[in-house]
Amino acid sequence: MSDHVERFDVPGGAGGGRPPQRDFPLIFERGAPGRRAARPPLTEGAPLAELLGEDALRAAPPRLPEVAELDLVRHYTQLAHRQFSIDGNFYPLGSCTMKYNPKLHEDAAERFLDLHPYQDPDHAQGILELLHGLQHDLATITGMDAMSLQPAAGAHGELTGILMIRAYHEANGEGEQRRVVICPDGAHGTNPATASMAGYDVVEVPTGPDGEVDLAAFEAALGPHTAAVMLTNPNTLGIFETRILRMAEAAHAAGAQLYYDGANLNAVVGRARPGDMGFDVVHLNLHKTFTTPHGGGGPGTGPVGVKAHLAPYLPVPLVQRLGERFVLEGERPTSVGRMRSFYGNVGNLVRAYAYIRTLGAEGLRRVASMAVLNANYLRTRMKEAGFTVAYDRVNMHEFVAQPPAGLRTLDIAKALLDYGVHPMTVYFPLIVKEAMMVEPTETESLETLDAYAAVLADVVARAAADPAYLAGAPRHTPVRRLDETAAARKPILRYGFAER
Amino acid sequence: MPYVPHSDEDVRRALATIGVEDLDALFADVPHEILDPPLDLAAPMDEVTLLAHLDALAAKDQQGVPTFLGGGVRRHFIPAVTPRLALQSEFVTAYTPYQPEVAQGVLQATFEFQTMMSELTGLPIANASLYDGASAVAEAALLAVRQTRREAVLVSRGAHPETREVLQTYLWPLGIDVEVVDLDPTLTTPVPTVGDHVAALIVQHPNHLGYLEAMPAMAAAAHAAGALAIAVVDPLSLAVLREPGRYGADIAVGDGQVLGVPMQFGGPAFGFMVVTEPLLRQLPGRLVGQTTDVDGRRAFVLTLQAREQHIRRGKAKSNICSNHQLAALLATVNMAALGPAGLREMAEGTVRRAHQLAAALRDDGGDMAENGRFFAEFVLRTRQDGATVRRRLAERGLRAGVPLPAEYGLGDGVILAATELITDADIAALAGALHDIGELGAGASRPAEEVGA
Repeated sequence: MSDHVERFDVPGGAGGGRPPQRDFPLIFERGAPGRRAARPPLTEGAPLAELLGEDALRAAPPRLPEVAELDLVRHYTQLAHRQFSIDGNFYPLGSCTMKYNPKLHEDAAERFLDLHPYQDPDHAQGILELLHGLQHDLATITGMDAMSLQPAAGAHGELTGILMIRAYHEANGEGEQRRVVICPDGAHGTNPATASMAGYDVVEVPTGPDGEVDLAAFEAALGPHTAAVMLTNPNTLGIFETRILRMAEAAHAAGAQLYYDGANLNAVVGRARPGDMGFDVVHLNLHKTFTTPHGGGGPGTGPVGVKAHLAPYLPVPLVQRLGERFVLEGERPTSVGRMRSFYGNVGNLVRAYAYIRTLGAEGLRRVASMAVLNANYLRTRMKEAGFTVAYDRVNMHEFVAQPPAGLRTLDIAKALLDYGVHPMTVYFPLIVKEAMMVEPTETESLETLDAYAAVLADVVARAAADPAYLAGAPRHTPVRRLDETAAARKPILRYGFAER
Repeated sequence: MPYVPHSDEDVRRALATIGVEDLDALFADVPHEILDPPLDLAAPMDEVTLLAHLDALAAKDQQGVPTFLGGGVRRHFIPAVTPRLALQSEFVTAYTPYQPEVAQGVLQATFEFQTMMSELTGLPIANASLYDGASAVAEAALLAVRQTRREAVLVSRGAHPETREVLQTYLWPLGIDVEVVDLDPTLTTPVPTVGDHVAALIVQHPNHLGYLEAMPAMAAAAHAAGALAIAVVDPLSLAVLREPGRYGADIAVGDGQVLGVPMQFGGPAFGFMVVTEPLLRQLPGRLVGQTTDVDGRRAFVLTLQAREQHIRRGKAKSNICSNHQLAALLATVNMAALGPAGLREMAEGTVRRAHQLAAALRDDGGDMAENGRFFAEFVLRTRQDGATVRRRLAERGLRAGVPLPAEYGLGDGVILAATELITDADIAALAGALHDIGELGAGASRPAEEVGA
């Protein structure tokens, strides 16, 4: 993101001074009628009214952009420059695992673009073999017995997992009785939202003074009505639940199933397995631990693994091996059904496969070790810069800090933008006031972490010297602080062509 | 080690700064008995070895051949400029735009996407995308249930079978019934009787077999019973077909793969949902709105987030968090590249090629349904079962023929699709191959009394 882009944002513009009040044009405000960038092959034939009937057709074309190719290229290139990204900026968002997305994976995925989901399976043995291999690898890494690659995102995997748990309880005649899902108060918002979508009530258990789930409250919450316990481990404070084996035992003794939210797997990948911790179901975020690109908000990919007793309920279809052939299984009556069309976000599954096969077991262990090392290093550096750490102890892949007294997290986040670094996750988890949740990941060098700590110290110093400094930040970003209240009060959710 | 920058000296320095002895001290909280299990994973490959391995796998797959497959995914023209622009690394490696000052690229492109989807569907409010078409239909059904507080949805059997399966999966835990309307002999949906317990009537247009539905009558039937009308649409078809907003649909949903996303064995593409004004507060998923910054400049931001899980937790409209942003961006750039004329030409080419293919098969004795009002796909009844036809065509270098599901009661058959990428030579090749395997030509037709529809 650089200033000169701003200056030259008019197609064919001569440049010169930066016009601060100028709106960056929408694609609809560029071009002229009759222009376009691309031409499909032309076909001759009957008019559509003859083939389909006049009544089926629209009266006027959609008002799509009409731009020449170079104008199109400049528009989306300049928009790209108005965007932070891992490739351009340090991006230590807690719980999001913004690690480097290897370029090699893009080359890997390109080999499998022109595959139709319904092409003859005997002529798709390569991709099926790859998916089968990935099912195996992910089951191995999580310590599970079977794996579905179908869910499209982490939250989708959560829904899949909780529905399987529900189907399991119903098959055991306990569907009516088990109506409650237990989540810690620090849980990701998707956990309670998922439980609701699956028709369950949610009970929250508090976090204790050590940053772990309050064991007494947890055991008291368990009972014959408990369907599932949803946990993240390490939890959203970046702290490993040291009593996890006892919690698993207690949950199982109450007849509940234990669900692992895999958002934080990067802390322990290769070094500890949810299956060995006692979890019955796990979802993974391939866009976190297995570094498929976030894409500005998706697509993610959320495979789900289960222990053998839940395998009958996995969504259909799974990839299976029959001798030397790979097949998509047919019907399975006990399945929770289908979670989406086709077989999953295959493009991302190929990337994750490439990652695992490039790193191997030793490489994955190194990922976890260096992710934890980096997080603890930055925790130490941020304390030196005047920040407080909530539940200060050796943490795993992330930690939650708080700003120096008198400063607001939001203001510091906005000030960081002027330095070309992205803020941490702010105001989450909800159990820490002014929370700053920081996850540097293993792909960052110590110099980058040193620089981030130095920037934070600089922001604090400037805030102390000039009370107006923080309120005015950011100053050098493509736009400055937004009126978010106005956006919500009178929503403008599409371009109004009448203004043209 | 790939992608991890730490030297031994870095590790030593970091440990000293933290004040711990060694790396094991950082994992002391993990119970000893579960730490560092043996893992049965393949030995790591270097870059060259990995790509050779993937090349060997990809070589087993049929790619780059004429494709007459539909069923929710089709092979359409994607101009070179589309992926080059949409897949710039700033877009690919960005996170969800929670800090709008440094995310105007993704936010503005999403606002443009919402506008384009609104234009295609003739409805005012599009969200920023959902996972895929099938789960978008399920989310639309849940929206209708929230809005009407009724306990069933009515769906046409003409909706993709996988869509109906996903609908069942999403609605079962909430105790919502999924009732199905059978197709009539023209392979379209008869106008159903909609009970007052029904939250929504869901009709796919064109339907799974390719045929156009009487959408205005569907919407009227739904509204007469106080239900919402949900149109499951092919967005490319909307370059030429009437807008759902014009025939009374309250919600238009579908899958965006045909708008510029490679097939990728079925994913990731994206789902979309576009609704009327009164349904805004019930809409699942992210929304981008326009506002101004402190200097008065136009700017874009995620808005109305009180609907979403990270704010409302258990009371959210959906648990969706990640959407399919990057695939939606491919569609945005693609629509901007093609413009209204290019998109129309693709849709026209699709219809014409499908009809030319149907005519060629009929001329050679193909056993076709009588209904001639189809968009990209149509049914060919066959003597062999559909999967066998598909395999035998694949052996002849053609990807063609989604097996016709038994639930339609038409016997064996395939659903054939064409797009603007199909040439005269491709059509001749498919007709010839079908002839070769005994599905066309003298004696291919069934006895007259067996020809239904």
